[in-house]
Amino acid sequence: MTDAIVIVGAGHAGGRTAETLRAAGVTAPIQLIGAESYPPYERPPLSKDLLTGKIAVEKTYIQPAAYWAEHDIALVLDAPAAALDRAAKQVRLSDGRVLDYATLVLATGGRPRRLSLPGSDSGRVRYLRDIEDTRAIRAALGPDARLAIVGAGVIGLEVAASARALGAAVTVLEVAPMPLGRVVDRALGEWFMALHRGHGVDMRMGVSVQAIRDGAGGAVLELADGATVAADLVVVGIGIVPNAELARDAGLTVDDGIVVDQFGRTADPAIFAVGDVARAFHPTVGRHVRLEAWRNADNQSRAVARVIAGGSEPYVEVPWMWSDQYDINLQVAGLPSAVDASVRRGTDDKFTVIQLKDGAVVGGVTVNQGRDMRPLQQLIAKAAQVDAERLADPAVPLAQIAKGA
Amino acid sequence: MAEDWHKVARRSELAEGEIASATVGDKQVAIYLIDGEVHATDNICTHAFACLSDGYLENGIIECPLHAGRFEVKTGKALGAPVNVDIAVYAVKLVGDDVLVKLG
Ligand SMILES: Cc1cc2nc3c(=O)[nH]c(=O)nc-3n(C[C@H](O)[C@H](O)[C@H](O)COP(=O)(O)OP(=O)(O)OC[C@H]3O[C@@H](n4cnc5c(N)ncnc54)[C@H](O)[C@@H]3O)c2cc1C
Repeated sequence: MTDAIVIVGAGHAGGRTAETLRAAGVTAPIQLIGAESYPPYERPPLSKDLLTGKIAVEKTYIQPAAYWAEHDIALVLDAPAAALDRAAKQVRLSDGRVLDYATLVLATGGRPRRLSLPGSDSGRVRYLRDIEDTRAIRAALGPDARLAIVGAGVIGLEVAASARALGAAVTVLEVAPMPLGRVVDRALGEWFMALHRGHGVDMRMGVSVQAIRDGAGGAVLELADGATVAADLVVVGIGIVPNAELARDAGLTVDDGIVVDQFGRTADPAIFAVGDVARAFHPTVGRHVRLEAWRNADNQSRAVARVIAGGSEPYVEVPWMWSDQYDINLQVAGLPSAVDASVRRGTDDKFTVIQLKDGAVVGGVTVNQGRDMRPLQQLIAKAAQVDAERLADPAVPLAQIAKGA
Repeated sequence: MAEDWHKVARRSELAEGEIASATVGDKQVAIYLIDGEVHATDNICTHAFACLSDGYLENGIIECPLHAGRFEVKTGKALGAPVNVDIAVYAVKLVGDDVLVKLG
């Protein structure tokens, strides 16, 4: 019987899992199986510095390319896994190879949700998830390019900012009344709307794309209200779908992601899931949530690797993500299901919003005010009861409030 | 450089737990007062272009304001992802009220 650990998905979470297993002293064979051609890399630069050309591809790697072999981790690239046989404890790759495992970690991330409209299969329509996507989008962007972005979420707005930096004319089309509806409230949505308008982006909210017509002079997007938008390139950012088919077909519980506990465990004691594909129980949130964020990919995978190595500590961390657009750094902490009051401190272009429910801190946002983020997370972790008046007082540093809470 | 020491701050203007910043030539320096001792590091995070002096300082650890990379101020050691490149640490000396750092 083998003691091999097989990790399917050589992305951020898969890579960190492998790395942490070795760091924890695990000596069993580790196979890290990836569908892509690149070693594990971080995706945040894909819509930012890699898209604008500020950094080279290697800068995104979570470890230098030589690291994996040096640590006796078998990195198998261009090798998507095709099926899972839980009874035989085997993974079959699409090239026919069969791998035996004692422990299996599913780290398959997600794929962009596709538009399904007349004409949306046009070659001018692009999605953004991997390095090749960034390359293709960058190649089509230039000072004279007209870019239409469908979806005013984090990815859409980051692409808008990067495309403006490259000189492209940008239109953002969003069906909701405000941008960033999944991450911030209406007031902040308005703030981001003004930010992008100030940078020359045509922000069209409350519009719905009905069809895309391809022509010699570019694509024409037809909107429900009869208006049209001409574009050389269309980038769609309307969310991701977790790559959970392997787990589902093998009979594991999948419900918007592979359902796992706070240790990353599925119902099968030999199988774990980490990163964007996992819908894990998060003690700080009190329910199962599927996070699509860098820090979760980084730290949840480390925690799960330590569990596999024999540890007993669950992954407990306040959910956190960031986004960079132009010279604006947005950070969001917590995942409140309800907020009944929010307090804003700071100036117009550097501020912190603290979200409360029944007087307890449940979430918060910083805009160019990263200094407040750590104390904010401490308050959220404790669900601290704080006095709203003190919170609003700019003379009292948030760090001081967090220490006293 | 013949004269390696550069004045970057006044000791009397540093506050415990706060971070001052200065520019010397093309270098940006962050100056810290931790338990009464002055320390200096490069001010630019090794992960992305962010000023550590806008970050959060606790227990001798500076957290970058952009992406939460953390460094130990005394040694410059990067404390794990997203940063794996240490930050430069500069020697500090006090001359009267002047805080001097040695670059390079
Ligand atoms: C453009 C972009 C910008 C982002 N910016 C930010 C940001 O600013 N801040 C933030 O907090 N988060 C950001 N994120 C989110 C963050 O990058 C993700 O949360 C993180 O990448 C998730 O890591 P993962 O390992 O779970 O998934 P991934 O990194 O997607 O890795 C999954 C890997 O599994 C592979 N795979 C899938 N199926 C199979 C199979 N059957 N066999 C083998 N391999 C398979 C995939 O090809 C992929 O390489 C961004 C994401 C994107 C796409």
